[in-house]
Amino acid sequence: MFGSKSRTVLAVLAIILVAVAFPIQRTSQAQGEVTGTLNVMGFSLPDEIATVRVDQFKAAYPDVTVNITEGALDEQQFLTAIASGNAPDVVYMGRDVLSSYAVRGAIVPLTDCIDSMGIDMSQYRQAAVAQVTVNGEVYGIPEFFNSIMLFINNKALADSGLTPDDVDVSDWDKVAEINQALTRIEDGTLTRIGFDPKLPEFLPLWAMANGVSLLSEDGRTAQLNDPRVLEALQFTVGLHEPAGGRQAFMAFRDTWDFFGAQNQMVSDQLGVFPMEQWYMNVLANVSPDADITFKAFTGREGNPLTYATGNTWAIPRGSANPEAACAWMKTMTSVDTWVAAATARAELRAEAGTINTGVYTANRAADEVIFSEIVLPALTNETFKTGVEVILSVQDSAYAIPANPAAAEFKQAWQDAVNRVLNGEQSAEEALAQAQEEAQAALDEAWSQQ
Amino acid sequence: MLAGLAFISPWFIGFLVFTAGPMIASLGLAFTEYDVLNPPKFVGLQNFQRLLTDPRLGLSLGNSIFYTVLHVPLVMMVALGLALLLNRVGKAAGFFRTAFYLPSITPAVAVGALWLWILNPRIGLINRSLALLGIVGPGWTTDPNWIKPGIVLMSLWSVGSTVILYLAALRNVPPELYEAARIDGANGWQQFRHITAPMISGTIFFTLVVNTIASLQIFTEVYTMYFGNMNSGAAASAGLFYNIYLFRQAFEFLRMGYASAMAWLLFVIIMILTVIQLRTSNRWVYYEGA
Repeated sequence: MFGSKSRTVLAVLAIILVAVAFPIQRTSQAQGEVTGTLNVMGFSLPDEIATVRVDQFKAAYPDVTVNITEGALDEQQFLTAIASGNAPDVVYMGRDVLSSYAVRGAIVPLTDCIDSMGIDMSQYRQAAVAQVTVNGEVYGIPEFFNSIMLFINNKALADSGLTPDDVDVSDWDKVAEINQALTRIEDGTLTRIGFDPKLPEFLPLWAMANGVSLLSEDGRTAQLNDPRVLEALQFTVGLHEPAGGRQAFMAFRDTWDFFGAQNQMVSDQLGVFPMEQWYMNVLANVSPDADITFKAFTGREGNPLTYATGNTWAIPRGSANPEAACAWMKTMTSVDTWVAAATARAELRAEAGTINTGVYTANRAADEVIFSEIVLPALTNETFKTGVEVILSVQDSAYAIPANPAAAEFKQAWQDAVNRVLNGEQSAEEALAQAQEEAQAALDEAWSQQ
Repeated sequence: MLAGLAFISPWFIGFLVFTAGPMIASLGLAFTEYDVLNPPKFVGLQNFQRLLTDPRLGLSLGNSIFYTVLHVPLVMMVALGLALLLNRVGKAAGFFRTAFYLPSITPAVAVGALWLWILNPRIGLINRSLALLGIVGPGWTTDPNWIKPGIVLMSLWSVGSTVILYLAALRNVPPELYEAARIDGANGWQQFRHITAPMISGTIFFTLVVNTIASLQIFTEVYTMYFGNMNSGAAASAGLFYNIYLFRQAFEFLRMGYASAMAWLLFVIIMILTVIQLRTSNRWVYYEGA
C-alpha cells in the first residue's frame, strides 16, 4: 500500500504529530479549559474588597460566566444542593467547619487543582493552611485571616488612675484587679464593664494562654477536662462578678451601639476587651477620634498569642466546573488580586477622608505588600497605626483548633459548657466533665467512620 | 366523581409529593445512619435507642412542653378576650380586625429580632413600662429562668389569627339566644357561660388542637433570637426547644437519620395529645345538630 519512502515520511509525520500533540494533551489535562459557568455559593459582595477581586477574575477569565448566590453559607441549601446533584462549583465557608465536610466527601481534595494551577501554598499563613488540611490533604484555599488583640479604653483607665501599660494579660491576678477597678456601678446600675473576656467564643484563646489547646494536635482527643482549661474557665467566668454576674453583664452589653458612633469604647461603657481586628476597621470608620490603645494579647508566659479564624474557598463534590473553580480560588486569593482590592479600598478611604486600616488576608505575601506599600505609609493616625502594627506582629503567633471531623459538635460541646457555667446551671468542673464526654464521643464516632 | 377528583388532584398531588412522600422517606431514614452526603446505612433501632439515652432530647422536649403549657391557654384566653371586645365594636371593627391580624403576617425572623429589643432587661419596652409602675422587670433575655416566659410573651404577637377565628364564631351565635337569656334575667357572665362558650366551643377546640401542634414545633423566632448571630448563651439550655435541637442534629451535626427519628417521636407525641384532646372533646364541645 505504501512504499518505503512513504512509510518513512508517514513515520516521521506520526512522530512529529505525537511529539506535538502530547504536550498539548498534557497541558489540557493539567490546566483544563477555563470556560463556561461558575456558580459560587456562600459569598457576598458587600464592599470593594469583594467586588474588585471578582472583577479581576472576570478580566482574567472573560469566557467564564460568574453566578454568585449572595449570602452566608446556608448548611441546608449547601447539603441539599450536593445531595440533589446540583452542587455549586465553588463554595465559601468558615475554616472551622471545613473538616466536617471534607471527611464526609462533601468537598474534594485540591491536590490536582494546586498542582495544575501552580498554587503556591507556602504563601498562605501556616495556621490557616493547617485548618484546611485534613488527613494530610489540602481541601481549601484560605481567604481572610482574623487575629485577636486587646482594645483598651484610655479614658476608663485614666479615671481609675491606670495607664495602658498596666494592662498585662499575662498576669491574671492583675487582670482581675483591673477589671474590678474599671467596673463602674452607679445607683445600683452597671454603667461600665471593666474587662470583657468575650465568653463563650474566646475560651480557646484563654485556654491556650494557659498553655493548653482544647483539642489534641491530631484532632482526636478532647482536652476539655484539662485542669488548665478549668482554670481558664473559672478565671474568665469570675471576671463577670464585679459587674453583678453574667445576667447584668449581658443585659448591659446587649444595649451597646456596637457598630455605631456611640459604641461602647466612645461611650465609656467598657474598659478592656479582646477582639478580632476587623473591629478596628469599624472603630476607624465610626469613631476615628476614639481614645483607644491597642495591645497584643499574650499568654501567661508573656508570649503574643492570637486565635485565628477566617473563611476558605473549597470545591464541592459534583462541581460541574472544577477548572473554573480552581482558577477562581487562585485568583481571589493571589497577591495581585489582594493588592488591587487593598488599593481600591485605600483610594475610597482617601476620597472619603477616613482611616484605612487595611485588609488582613491569609496570604502572607499579599499582606507584606498591602501593609508595607499601601496601608502603613499612608496611615497618619497614630492610634490606628499602632493597632495595625500590633496585628501584624501577632499573626504568626496564631493558634487554631485542629481540623477534626466533628468540628461542629466539638464546638457546641465546649460552648454549651461555658454557657452552663455562666448561667449558673453547673459548676465549671461539672460542665467541662460533661463537655469532655460529649466532645470525645462525637470525635470517636466521627473518626470511626473515616 | 371524576370531576371532583380532577378538582382536588392539584392538592392531592402536592400532598403526596411535598408531605406524604417526605414523611415516608423520613420514616425509612430513621432506621439509618445518613449524613445527606453519603448513602444511608441501615442501623436498625440504633437511632431510637439513642433517643432514650440523649440528655439533651429530654431537655429540649421538656422545654417545648413547658412552653406549650404556658402558651396555648394564654393565647386562647387573650384571643377570646380580644374577640369579645371586637364583637362589641361597631363601625371601627374592620380597622381593629386588621390591626390585630397584621402582626400575624410579620416574618418570623423579623419578630424574633424585634422582640430581642422589646424584651431587653435594661432598655426594653416591657421592663421600662414595668419600671413606671415601680416594678423591677426580670431578665427576659439574660436569665435562664425567664427565657421561656419571655418567649411566651413574644408569642402573643401573633394572636391575631386566633382572634379572627373566635370573632367569626362569635358572629355566628344567634342573637335571639342572648335576647331570651336577658329576658330570663341572665347576667353577662351567665350569658357567656351558658350561651357563648358552648356555641363557640367547636372553634375553641379547633384552636386548642392547632395551637398545641404549632407550639410544640416552635422554631424560627427562637432560633433567630438565641441561636443565630445574636447568640448570647443565656438560652443555651433554657431556649433549646425540640425543633431547634432537631435542626442542629440534622444540619449542623449531619445526623439526618437521628433527626428523622426525633421527628417521628414528635409526631407520635403530637398524635397522642391530639387523640386525648379528641377523646375528651365530646364532654365539652357542642356541635349544633349533633
